[in-house]
Amino acid sequence: MKSSVIIFPGSNCDRDMDVALKKFGFKNKMVWHNDNIIPKSDLVVLPGGFSYGDYLRCGSIAAKSNIINSVIEFANKGGLVIGICNGFQILIETGLVTGALLRNKYLKFICKNIFVKANKSQNKYFNKIKKDILELHIAHNDGNYFCSEDDLKIMEDNDQIAVRYCDINGEISVNSNPNGSIKNIAGVFNIKKNILGMMPHPERVIDNYLSSNDGSYFFENLLSNMK
Amino acid sequence: MIEVTEKIAIEHGLKKDEYKKICELLKRNPNMTELGIFSAMWNEHCSYKSSKKHLKKLNTKGKKVIQGPGENAGVIDIGDEDAIVFKIESHNHPSFIEPYQGAATGVGGILRDVFTMGARPIANLNSIHFGSPANKKTKNLLSGVVRGIGGYGNCIGVPTIAGQTSFDESYNGNILVNAMTLGLVKKDKIFYSKAAGLNKPVIYVGSKTGRDGIHGASMASAKFDDKIEEKKPTVQVGDPFTEKLLLEACLELMKDDSIIAIQDMGAAGLTSSSVEMASKGKLGIELHLDKVPCREENMSPYEIMLSESQERMLIVLENGKEDKAKEIFDKWNLDFSVIGKTTNSKNIELYFDNNKVANIPIDLLAEHAPEYDRKWKKCKLPQRIKFKKKNFNKLKITEVLKKIISSPNVCSKEWIWEQYDHTVMGDTIQKPGGDAGVVRVHGSEKAVAASVDSSASYCYAHPLSGGKQIVCETWRNLICVGAEPIAITNCLNFGNPEKPENMGEFVECVEGLNEASKYLNFPVVSGNVSFYNETKDKGIKPTPTIGGVGLIKNYKNMTTMDLKEIGNIIIVLGKTEGHLEQSIFAKEILNEKKGPPPEINLFNEKNNGETVLKLISDKLIRSVHDVSLGGIITGIAKMCIKGKKGIKFYKFKGLLDKFEYYFSEDQGRYIIEVKKDNLEKVKKILDKNSNHYDLIGEVIADNISINDEPTLSVDKLTEFNKDWLYKYMVN
Repeated sequence: MKSSVIIFPGSNCDRDMDVALKKFGFKNKMVWHNDNIIPKSDLVVLPGGFSYGDYLRCGSIAAKSNIINSVIEFANKGGLVIGICNGFQILIETGLVTGALLRNKYLKFICKNIFVKANKSQNKYFNKIKKDILELHIAHNDGNYFCSEDDLKIMEDNDQIAVRYCDINGEISVNSNPNGSIKNIAGVFNIKKNILGMMPHPERVIDNYLSSNDGSYFFENLLSNMK
Repeated sequence: MIEVTEKIAIEHGLKKDEYKKICELLKRNPNMTELGIFSAMWNEHCSYKSSKKHLKKLNTKGKKVIQGPGENAGVIDIGDEDAIVFKIESHNHPSFIEPYQGAATGVGGILRDVFTMGARPIANLNSIHFGSPANKKTKNLLSGVVRGIGGYGNCIGVPTIAGQTSFDESYNGNILVNAMTLGLVKKDKIFYSKAAGLNKPVIYVGSKTGRDGIHGASMASAKFDDKIEEKKPTVQVGDPFTEKLLLEACLELMKDDSIIAIQDMGAAGLTSSSVEMASKGKLGIELHLDKVPCREENMSPYEIMLSESQERMLIVLENGKEDKAKEIFDKWNLDFSVIGKTTNSKNIELYFDNNKVANIPIDLLAEHAPEYDRKWKKCKLPQRIKFKKKNFNKLKITEVLKKIISSPNVCSKEWIWEQYDHTVMGDTIQKPGGDAGVVRVHGSEKAVAASVDSSASYCYAHPLSGGKQIVCETWRNLICVGAEPIAITNCLNFGNPEKPENMGEFVECVEGLNEASKYLNFPVVSGNVSFYNETKDKGIKPTPTIGGVGLIKNYKNMTTMDLKEIGNIIIVLGKTEGHLEQSIFAKEILNEKKGPPPEINLFNEKNNGETVLKLISDKLIRSVHDVSLGGIITGIAKMCIKGKKGIKFYKFKGLLDKFEYYFSEDQGRYIIEVKKDNLEKVKKILDKNSNHYDLIGEVIADNISINDEPTLSVDKLTEFNKDWLYKYMVN
């Protein structure tokens, strides 16, 4: 399976994503933001970081970068596209997924493990993962997901909520919401569910010596769906 | 141009005598640009004029030392062609004036020192010290500094893996912000700052030069008064995104051999970088300042030479490599300009619009810089205190523990390190909050451990003992994660060197740290001195900060402090003498601030440390933590909190008072958790190595149970430990 990770000049999770994809069996290529064409891929990943410094709204400049048109084209043809953290912010800025990512509720950068419940129905990202509650990791300043009530209703009706923050027992509540996201939303799909944007970093939790190993389930499941 | 007078020289921070010496050495009066250059090179920050004499004595050599002090950072060998580059640096004065930018650029500066040498940064650490929590400035300063450190490190994508935070009223008017970075490099790809060869192009890369930070280094060499607000323009402004570009571009250029020498523009900007490179190579250097990329209009040669704009590097390149190098910097959207060349004149010659604007022999700026043998006063060892033990009887151990575990200097600093990205790069296997931070050497079995420590109250009570103590504490912290300690970097934060008391504190702390460093074979490979940490003539407590680095050969053998299994035995390794003076117990509970700090016995320190490493390598230890602030019981409480388990103490026996036993801060001790099945094996090793040890309890679920006192739940204790800082910062 072939994947491509886009490197923006301020990406800083590009290597981590490359390491993770290769560990689980992807043939990964790194693609420079100034290129115009993505090599033949089954999966495109927009990694975390600070794409162009993000002094302006996070991801807004990346959404106008050279490479982004071919990402959009790839996504519109039904290709699998993942945006993690800054990558999620970029997906939002391109309009490929709905909503906005605001400054965290307590106005602080947050770096810690969190628990999530993933939507397993009819998508290639989480469908066959056996565990109900995954322990993943967040590290962001602007991950407070927001959308209008109308959009929320459309997304709920279409089952587009991909991941929600919960506690260790799976309870979704204010107490298990690290950043103030509406309805504890940590990640969303587009309507066809080929695009996934989410704040948690699966690539940082892929072995037993790291803070969790649950990211492994994500990559294993994804690969198993692509064979 | 304004004519230089003695008065102007003094306004530049030079002393009368120093100005006289400049005129004598030059055999003429300097012009303004030249005066600016002298003032930048001769200030305390760049010249080490008060400290040099004493720093020369430091133990800087060792089998694993590849590069000691004198370069951008120190370098140590960690085997398999890998080396670690590391250094700590202060950014105290700017952080007090403008906490966010001061702290952010502190991180930026130390990162550059490390990647200048060809290393990819793999970990950041910091040691930050604030005034009393009751001081009205403290909360703002703390919040700004933490945001600044995070803002820079998080953006550039280097994990912040450990740190230290303290509160003491002596920092009310002068906080300390010390930042440390570790980088990984192949041994044969280390880059140095020594220029070589004639007519080699001198290249300016990175951000454009602006008017920010002019005289930053001189400001850092002065004490504060009421007018510090006016000094805001001397603080630099950080741009971590550009630093990230600069990092990647430099590492890309470093893949081949086009670079002869490279130096970042840190304190005193273009002045010190050009002078240092030429001085090390015993060459001259010619710069055309109109070729320096500027972000503001009409910048004068004086301003260009003294600007401390961030994210800039100076490179001496091989001839003919300019185009290829430019291509790389264009790719990363950074400025690239050939601004001069190396010469055989041994002078720094500056041109602006084809006019010569400065011409100074380089040895006058470097080797001839003043060096002082400052007067210093020896500090007597304070007398021991006779504590009235009957007063202790009114106290309950668990109540005292609750107070200590929630006190500002002991409580959990999670509120702080949760704001630092500590997991980016995917190799952090021990996060902040443990004894040391640990990152794997990417793609190998090895891991590197690092810890920063300081003990200002010990150093204040008796600098010689305090100096020894911090080195030992760092050594212990590395051992606690299973790392073999290799070398240290030091950040020496002190008051005014012109005052014999402050100078004495410096001299004796350095002597103490040197003694321990020699005995433990734990050499100093890099460092920085920050004097004049005083406001309105009131100096800080002497605060040398030690950053230690160690190696774990196989990361799977790393140890942690969290209690692991119910039923295991808890042993205290090392002798408890009951030394309460300068302990948290004496200060927080008895309000007794006098007396000597605990003594350091270097023989026991080494012997106990080496035994712990042996037990770890024999896989006989389940968890380990050193005994430090708050004594045995505080140490165990932290292990309980981390492991979410409790302890039942055995009935207390021995000659000491139980408060002396549980709360004293005698040095060289470790708490270890051992499986019952392994107890005999462990005892045998301890007996063989003549380590003193006491079996003190067993791991149980949920509660701390001590003698006949009511049990204390670990959940409650955890709350006490975590809540103080959250509540302080939110309210």
